[in-house]
Amino acid sequence: MDLEPIWLSIKLALLTTFILLLIGIPIAYWLSRKQTLPKLVIEAFITMPLVLPPSVLGFYLLLAFSANNALGRWLHEHFNVQLVFSFEGLVIASLIYSLPFMISPVKAAFGHLPKSIAEASYTMGKSRMQTFFYVLLPNIRSSVFTAAVLTFAHTLGEFGVVLMIGGNIPGVTKVASIAIYDAVEEMDYAAANDYALILFAITFIIVLAVFIFNRNAVKSPFE
Amino acid sequence: MIEININKQIKTYKGVLELKINTTFQSQSVTRISGPSGAGKTTLLKILAGLITPEAGMIRVDGSVWFDSVKKYSKHTQERKVGFVFQDYALFPNMTVEQHLRYGTDDLAYIRELLSIGEMEPLIKNYPRQLSGGQQQRLAILRALCTKPGLLLMDEPFSALDQQLKTKMTGSLKTLFSAQETTVLLVTHNEHEMSEVSDLSFEME
Repeated sequence: MDLEPIWLSIKLALLTTFILLLIGIPIAYWLSRKQTLPKLVIEAFITMPLVLPPSVLGFYLLLAFSANNALGRWLHEHFNVQLVFSFEGLVIASLIYSLPFMISPVKAAFGHLPKSIAEASYTMGKSRMQTFFYVLLPNIRSSVFTAAVLTFAHTLGEFGVVLMIGGNIPGVTKVASIAIYDAVEEMDYAAANDYALILFAITFIIVLAVFIFNRNAVKSPFE
Repeated sequence: MIEININKQIKTYKGVLELKINTTFQSQSVTRISGPSGAGKTTLLKILAGLITPEAGMIRVDGSVWFDSVKKYSKHTQERKVGFVFQDYALFPNMTVEQHLRYGTDDLAYIRELLSIGEMEPLIKNYPRQLSGGQQQRLAILRALCTKPGLLLMDEPFSALDQQLKTKMTGSLKTLFSAQETTVLLVTHNEHEMSEVSDLSFEME
């Protein structure tokens, strides 16, 4: 059995989760503070991938990344980057696709912290940055963990977007979910079963880990 | 001396209330602020801490300007060197008793002194969730003191303590306040409460 699609999926999911931790947490913090109309619009955009058919997102990304269009051409001419049918393209698509899974739980957790704990830190002479790292972030650890795990699992299961912009290039864009589809198309049910079982097992362990980690929390980790 | 002359609109479920305060508070003394609930006592403390900005007015503390709506100046909370005891304690769930105090000061001898005032030495490794209501309230007071603030703002600071502990603690605090020349504003619900600690009182309507 060719394990390459599995490794490719894990690599994509790890990279996406890592990048989203770096950019998602500050965005979530910013969104959790005073609500304004522009923020609501931005939040709606970030949340769209939750409800949008992946093929719609994939289609627009395909157009945007295409060498026939300004953005795709500019990237190709200036950085020699081609985002269609490439691993880099998959990473960018995954970042957009999984963004709400990182932002929503973290934003909700920031919003649930009492305002007074940040205020208490300010009165002790601590800057916003110090308050963020020593008081706010440590108190939403479990939500950050949940968000990271969900982002990882969601990216692992990505199919529609990958198919639209990545295609099916072995070792480059052929991730596990695509490999299953491919195997079924070729009537190779044994191979499809192997990939499906591995994805099922990994996903189950991930979800179980979230529940074990949050077993003392009052609410379900997915609320 | 703290000179305050401000206007602040407070949004409540009853509509918008206009809070107008024009008074002075004596430095290096304990002033008790009382009044019915909804009178704006907590808001006044938060305005002094720089956590709430008034619409108009001026605040001057010992000659230096903390807030001036005409010049659009408001001194940052961090620079005001105030201590604040929040009504809901606002303890940090991720920190032990000791870490709360270490977050504000590196002076270990002073931390020991504070722990002794609050009778919290055996509890230094406990997190807030492992403390009783009274212990949490004592920690909130000690934390506000650990930065040696010039102005200490206390919002119902002894409400969860029993009479015996309250008397003992207020005695030690009084000594500490005079040693550190702290100005203290203390909000209380009950106009007779804490009269033994305070030098002055201010009634809000």
